[in-house]
Amino acid sequence: MSNAKPLEGMLVLEFCQFLAGPSAGLRLADLGARVIKIERPNHGEAGRQIAIKNLRVDGSSLVFHTLNRNKESYAANLKDADDLERVKALIARADVMTHNFRPGVMEKIGLDYDTVKAINPKLVYATVTGYGTVGPWSAKPGQDLLVQCMSGLANLSGDKEDGPTPFGLAVADIVTGSHMVHGILAALLRCAKTQKGAMVEVSLLESMLDFQFEVITTYLNDGNKLPERAAQGSGHAYLSAPYGVYATKDSHISLAMGSFDTLVELLNADELKGYSEAETFTKRDEIMAILRDILSTKTTQEWLDIFEPAGIWSSAVFDYEQLLNHEAYKVLQMDQKLSLDTGEQIHTTRCPIRLNDEKIFAPKPAPRVGQDTDAITKEFNL
Amino acid sequence: MLPLKDILVVDLSQFLSAPSATLRLADLGARVIKVERPETGDICRQLYVSNVMLNGESSVFRAINRNKESFQADLKTEDDKNKVLKLIAKADVLVHNFRPGVIERLGLDYDTVKAINPSIVYGEISGYGSEGPWAKKPGQDLLLQSLSGVTWLSGNADKGPVPMGIAIADILAGSHLAQGILAALVKRIKSNTGSKVSVSMLESILDFQFETITTYYHDGGEPTVRTASNNAHAYLGAPYGVYETQNGHLALAMGAIPVLGELLSCKALTEYPEPDSWFTQRDEIKDILAKHLQAQSTEHWLSILEPADIWCADVLSWDKLFAHDGFKALQMIQNVKMGDGFEYQTTRCPIKIDGEYLTSSLGSPSIGEHTAKILSEL
Repeated sequence: MSNAKPLEGMLVLEFCQFLAGPSAGLRLADLGARVIKIERPNHGEAGRQIAIKNLRVDGSSLVFHTLNRNKESYAANLKDADDLERVKALIARADVMTHNFRPGVMEKIGLDYDTVKAINPKLVYATVTGYGTVGPWSAKPGQDLLVQCMSGLANLSGDKEDGPTPFGLAVADIVTGSHMVHGILAALLRCAKTQKGAMVEVSLLESMLDFQFEVITTYLNDGNKLPERAAQGSGHAYLSAPYGVYATKDSHISLAMGSFDTLVELLNADELKGYSEAETFTKRDEIMAILRDILSTKTTQEWLDIFEPAGIWSSAVFDYEQLLNHEAYKVLQMDQKLSLDTGEQIHTTRCPIRLNDEKIFAPKPAPRVGQDTDAITKEFNL
Repeated sequence: MLPLKDILVVDLSQFLSAPSATLRLADLGARVIKVERPETGDICRQLYVSNVMLNGESSVFRAINRNKESFQADLKTEDDKNKVLKLIAKADVLVHNFRPGVIERLGLDYDTVKAINPSIVYGEISGYGSEGPWAKKPGQDLLLQSLSGVTWLSGNADKGPVPMGIAIADILAGSHLAQGILAALVKRIKSNTGSKVSVSMLESILDFQFETITTYYHDGGEPTVRTASNNAHAYLGAPYGVYETQNGHLALAMGAIPVLGELLSCKALTEYPEPDSWFTQRDEIKDILAKHLQAQSTEHWLSILEPADIWCADVLSWDKLFAHDGFKALQMIQNVKMGDGFEYQTTRCPIKIDGEYLTSSLGSPSIGEHTAKILSEL
């Protein structure tokens, strides 16, 4: 038992599409739950068609394969009365169900929380929406880039003169999916004590506000000053020089923190000697401009050899080629290969959590639409 | 009933990563006791951003450590350590984020703690894992971003590396730690055995890039290429991006290019009927869009695109966002109060359970504020 995965024995039904909800399902699956995607026949969930770089494998996008590995698929048309009855019978046996339909859709289908609670009072029913279920935005499409832009997040990266600079990944989806897992697991814990289920709700907007909790708390208490990014090489709108990225003779270096006085001493820079530690925020742009000039005169490695022994937090800047071929990456064994029925392979990442010093590998590939329908029908007598 | 009621968390961690995990556990109902060394306490107390001080300490500390108690102890003295061990014996969860090797020297490694409390869930965050050439490097967010490849995803093609302007590696690692701890608590109910849960900032920020790293493996190692202008995701086709308008900006997520051409009366866009071209010719499409969208206001474009179900949005700053009814309806801001009566505003937990927001009025503690009370309970 002690080596069993923590969620073994848990049954999760995933009615989610796209990224946020399926990323939560993937985490639950990697932690040991059995996750069954409920998909419409033939086309399956819409995320199967959302490709990045136009990459598709076995009829679904590569992204879909990465998000839905280690899951099963049960095809059902929720608008068909017989299919709906079978799904309800499955819900009666489940521990968790998740969906990301817009507010009102599940009520129409007849799988809203109140209805489902009557079938299975111990069920944890989790939803993800764009902007919550109340207020004027509740009907707006909940999409990652839009929420980044509406939540103020796009104003935190890039330089002062740049326009809004979104995070170049689906950060709202991913963070929200992560919060959904927190809510589901906490509700499962309570359920084990009280035998009562729960409704767990998260939204992309609330999660993106939580994601900015440090800087929003600062904004709320500093007289509502809006964030100002550094003129060039900005690493964080609220942090002092030298925090940021600088070009060197051969590439780039990032400088985080450490004693400013030590840095000035190491660089032996007269131009910086007039600045005090206290001015590193107020005169950030001036200081960073001087640093830019100095740092461009040596290679990244030359600087690291000076900074690292002196305790200045600094780093080279890698791209994927440099990182994925580096010993420090390889030793993590962060990757795994999924073998599809077609004979194709997908080389992807694993769950980032280790339990009792063991990494969690789960190379079961994503299912085709309805791949497990017959087996599930039989197993659960649907 | 809050879901983690009666769960006791002993938190030896500092800065952001692990403390953000224990904040989540606290909001879900756990009692979180921060163990802090005398005088300085959690170093984050002095980690100022924007030079903003809130009741004598950093606003960042106040945000991360609300809803927690503080127990002062010097883990290097026998007497204090014994008190902490007593606390650990009663705890359900222990959390730390010392660098590899330090916790062993303090004598609070998992094997030692497990001998005292076999059913404890022991959570830890490191920068880079405990193996390999980077294990001893400082686990700091910007350095992690720089090494992980993530700085090549944001900004335009000519920008050089662009860090994400939030401590994303810290926050993701904290979030993953909370997931692992919660899952281990679920397991403990069934099996009555504890677990060790380990997360590293590097593995967490790699997981964050699962899509793009998988793509890198799949396409034979092609470099990441951001668009020349209006980049919002290096791996997505046009129109995905943020565009300048006459009076601000407009975010455009998806939409068929010829349909956008019709809606926006931009004839040049109708000449890209083939969906694959929206990726392969995205620079020129974005250029056309960028020039066209400058001619009118954000409101003008939204009034055309929103009714047509095109995914688009205004780009808001916090002052505009906070003034909007869509934001107010979420009641995302709460007031918290410290032991000395000082009050401040901060955000609440983003999770809603049974239709209720999870709020708590307890502000961040002063160092050792709860030491005497906790000792009397031991």
